[in-house]
Amino acid sequence: MRNLLALGVVLGLFAATCPVQGATPELPPTSVIPTDAKLDSLLATLPDADYATKVEIATRLGSEGSPAARRTLAALLGGELYYKNSDRSLVSVGKDSKPPQAVDINSGKSLGVIPTSELTRIGINNLLRKVARGALAGLQLASEDAGIRLTAVQELMGTIDAEGAALLRPRLALEKNEEVRAQIVDALALHDLSDSDAAKRLAAVTELKGNLHTEVYNRLLPMVTADATGGFSEPDATVRAAANESLATIKRWRTFNGIVEMMFFGLSLGSVLMLAGIGLAITFGVMGVINMAHGEMMMIGAYSVYVVQQLMPSHIGSSVLIAIPVAFLAAGLVGVAIERGIVRFLHGRPLETLLATFGVSLILQQLVRDIFSPNNRPVEVPSWMAGSLRFNDVLSFTYSRIYIILFAALVFVLLMLVLKRTNLGLHVRAVSQNRAMARAMGIKTDWVDAMTFGLGSGIAGVAGVALSQLTNVGPNLGQSYIVDSFMVVVFGGVGSLWGTQISGLSLGVASKVLEPAAGAVLAKILVLVALIIFIQRKPRGLFPQRGRAAEG
Amino acid sequence: MSPSSPFLGSLFRTDRGGTIFLGLLALAAILVPVLHLTVPESSPLHMSGYTVTLIGKYLSYAVLALAVDLVWGFCGILSLGHAAFFALGGYAMGMYLMRQIGTRGVYGDPILPDFMVFLNWKELPWFWHGFDMFWFAMVMVVLAPGILALVFGWFAFRSRVTGVYLSIITQAMTYALMLAFFRNDMGFGGNNGFTDFKDLLGFKIATPGMRASLFVATATALATGYLLCRWIVSSRAGRVVMAIRDAESRTRFIGYRVESYKLWVFVFSAVLAGIAGALYVPQIGIINPSEFSPINSIEVVIWVAIGGRGTLYGAIAGAIIVNYAKTWFTSALPSAWLYLLGALFILTTLLLPTGVVGLIRSRKAKGRST
Repeated sequence: MRNLLALGVVLGLFAATCPVQGATPELPPTSVIPTDAKLDSLLATLPDADYATKVEIATRLGSEGSPAARRTLAALLGGELYYKNSDRSLVSVGKDSKPPQAVDINSGKSLGVIPTSELTRIGINNLLRKVARGALAGLQLASEDAGIRLTAVQELMGTIDAEGAALLRPRLALEKNEEVRAQIVDALALHDLSDSDAAKRLAAVTELKGNLHTEVYNRLLPMVTADATGGFSEPDATVRAAANESLATIKRWRTFNGIVEMMFFGLSLGSVLMLAGIGLAITFGVMGVINMAHGEMMMIGAYSVYVVQQLMPSHIGSSVLIAIPVAFLAAGLVGVAIERGIVRFLHGRPLETLLATFGVSLILQQLVRDIFSPNNRPVEVPSWMAGSLRFNDVLSFTYSRIYIILFAALVFVLLMLVLKRTNLGLHVRAVSQNRAMARAMGIKTDWVDAMTFGLGSGIAGVAGVALSQLTNVGPNLGQSYIVDSFMVVVFGGVGSLWGTQISGLSLGVASKVLEPAAGAVLAKILVLVALIIFIQRKPRGLFPQRGRAAEG
Repeated sequence: MSPSSPFLGSLFRTDRGGTIFLGLLALAAILVPVLHLTVPESSPLHMSGYTVTLIGKYLSYAVLALAVDLVWGFCGILSLGHAAFFALGGYAMGMYLMRQIGTRGVYGDPILPDFMVFLNWKELPWFWHGFDMFWFAMVMVVLAPGILALVFGWFAFRSRVTGVYLSIITQAMTYALMLAFFRNDMGFGGNNGFTDFKDLLGFKIATPGMRASLFVATATALATGYLLCRWIVSSRAGRVVMAIRDAESRTRFIGYRVESYKLWVFVFSAVLAGIAGALYVPQIGIINPSEFSPINSIEVVIWVAIGGRGTLYGAIAGAIIVNYAKTWFTSALPSAWLYLLGALFILTTLLLPTGVVGLIRSRKAKGRST
C-alpha cells in the first residue's frame, strides 16, 4: 500500500516535470502547484488537472481542513464532482434527490437544477480514490462533530491498513469523546490482529470481544477455522482460545441483533397490515358488510401520492404529507358514493353486498388502467424517508419503516379518539351495537352508515399513501392486499379496533419469524393456513364484539 | 343414488326449464360432433375445432356453475373458493396427461416431466406415482377436491363459521393454494403449470375425433350433474338443505344435524367442480396456478347470480351467457370487459336478485294474473 502511494508521488513528480496540457502557464516549472497556494487556487486547478496533479491536490486538500475541502473530497469520492463549462467553478451534483440538485463547492449553497449538458464530470481513478479517501478520513477525524469522527473511524475500520492506523494513532491521545475513542481503540486492535507479536494479537483479540463490526467477524473467523491441512492461520494457541471466546460473544450479540431486527421488520409489516385492515374493521364492524372494493380504496390513496407528485415535482419532500389528506378525501368520497349508490339498497344482505362491491372494485381497477396506465406508476420516496438509522454493522432500521410504524400508531390513536370522543363516534358505536335501538333513540342510521363507510374508505386511502412508499403503485395494488386485510379483521374480531391492531401486528411478526426458515411464500401460506384453522376454533376472532343481537 | 325412473317422470312434468335445457343439451351433443366431423371444411355449416373447444369450455364452466349453485342457491353457503376444487380436478387430470407425454418431451425423459428435468430432479415425487394409470387419475379427480372439501367443511361447519366469514376463509383457502402451486418446490410445475399434452387414453389430443369425444363427454357430465343436483334438491334431504339456507338456527332447533347436511352438499359440490376441471384441462390444453386465483371463484358466483341462483339451469345459462360475452368482448373491446363485468355484478345484485330466470318467471306470473 505504501508502495502505491510512493508510486503516486513519483508519478506526480514525473507529471510535474513534463509540460502539462491545460495547466496554468504561470505556475513554476518545478511543481504544478505553488506550496503556498490557497484553497481557491487549488480548486481552480482541479478541472484541468491530470490524475497526478489531482493526487497532489487531494493530498493538499487533506491538510486544508475547511468545509469546502471536505465537500470537494466527498463529492470526488462519490463521483459527484463536476465543473461548470461556463465559468469552470466546481459543483457537486447529488444522486439522492430527483431531479439532481447542484451544490456550489465553495459556498455550499444549492444552485438548483443544472442540465448535465452544461457540466463536465471530474474523473477519478483508483490511486486518486485511495489518496482522496485517506485525505477525507484525516479531515473527518479532525472534525468538530463527534458523529462525523465516529463515521470516519468506522469507515476506516472496514479497510484498516498501516496508513489508516497511522492516521488513527495520534487521534487516540486527542480524542475526548468516549464512544469515538472506543471505536479508535477497536480499529487499532483490528489492525494489530495481523501483528507479528503474539502478545499484541492476544490483547487485540480480547479488546475486540463483542465488537459487531463485520470486518471484526470476518477477521476473527479465519483465525480459529482450521484450513484443509488442519492447521490454523493463527499459530498461537492462547490467541486462538481468546479469539474463540471473543467470537462466541460476537455471535451471541449478532443473534440478539438479528432477533431485534426480525421483530422490527415484523412490526413494520404488521403496521402495514393494521393500516390496511383497520378501515375494513370499521365498515365491517358497524354495518356488517364486506367492502370488496376496500383494496381499491388503498389503490386510490396510492395514486393520490402519484398525482400530487406530478402536480408539484419540485416539492417531493412535502408531497407525501400533502397526499395524506388528499388521499383521505378522495377515497372517503368514493366510499360515500359507493354507500349511497349501492350498499344502502342491499341492507341486510351481506353476501349480495360483497358481490356488488366486488363489481365496484373491477370498475375502479379498469378506470385506473384507462386513466393512468396498466403499468406501475413511479412514486418517489422523499429524501427524508430514505436512508436508515444505523446501530451497528448488523443492525439498522430503515427510516421508511420507522415512519410507517409511527404513522400507523398515529392513525390508530386518531381513529380511537374519533370513535371514543366525538359525537359521530358515539353514534357509530351505538349503531354497531344495536341498530334498531339506536334508530329508536333518534340516531340517523342512514347518515351514520354513509359516514362510517366514508371514514373506513378514507382510512384505507391513507393506508394507500403508506403502501405507495413500500410497494409498486399499480392497478393490482388493492387486490394483493385484500385477502391480507380480511384476515387481519377476521383474526382480530370484527368491529374491535384493538383486535385489529393486535392481530395486524402479530400476523406481521409471525410472518417475519417464519420467513427465514420457510421462505417468504411458504411463510405466507403457513400464516394463512394457521388463520383458517384459528377461525374454526374461534369464529368470532380474538376479541369478539359483545352485543345482545342473536344470530339469525 | 342413481336417479330412478319415477324421478325422471316427475322431472319432465314439473321442471319445464330443466326439460328444455336437457333437450337443448342433447341437441348440441349430437349437432356439434356431426357438424365438426362429417361436414366438409369448405361448407359454411362446418364447425371449426376452435368453436367446438370453445363450446366445450363453456359446458365445463357450466358444470362448475352448477356446483356453485348447489351450495349457494340451495344451501346458502357462498363459497369464494370453488375455483380451487375446479383447479385441483384439473391438476389431477393434468398429471395424468403429463405422464402420457413420455419420451416426447423436450428433454425426452421417459418418466420425469420436462419441468422436473429442468429443476434437476432425479426421481418422481411420491405423489406423482400412479398417475400414469387413467383410472387412478380419475379417482384422484374425485378424491383430491372431495377430501379437501371434507376436511375444510368438517372444521368450518362444525364450529359454525357462516355467512361472510365462511366466504372469506374459502377465499383465503384458494389464495393459499394459489401461492403454494406457484412454488416450484411443490412439484406441480410452478407458475408454468402443465401444458404440451399429447395423448389421452392412447389417442392423440389434437384431433377432430378427440375434440368431439371430449365435447360429448362434457355434455354428458353436465346432463348427469344436472340430474343428480335436481334429484338431490327435490329429495327429502334437499328440503332440509333449503331449510338450512332459509333459517339455519330453526332447522337446528327442530333437531336436524345441520353440519352433516351442509358438509355432504359441500363435498358433493366440490367433487362436481373437480370433474368440471378435469374436463376443462384436456380441451384447453393447459393448467396453471392462476386457475386458483380468488377472482376466478368470484366470477363463477356472478355467472350463477346472473342466471338465477337456486334454479340449477339458470346457473348453467348464466355460465354460458357470461362466458360468451367475455369471449366476444375480450376480442372486440378488451378494455370494456371489466367495466361490463363490474356493472353486471352491481346491476344483478341491485336489480335482478333472482337473475334472468327469475325475471322470466315473474313476467310469466304477471301475464297470467292480468
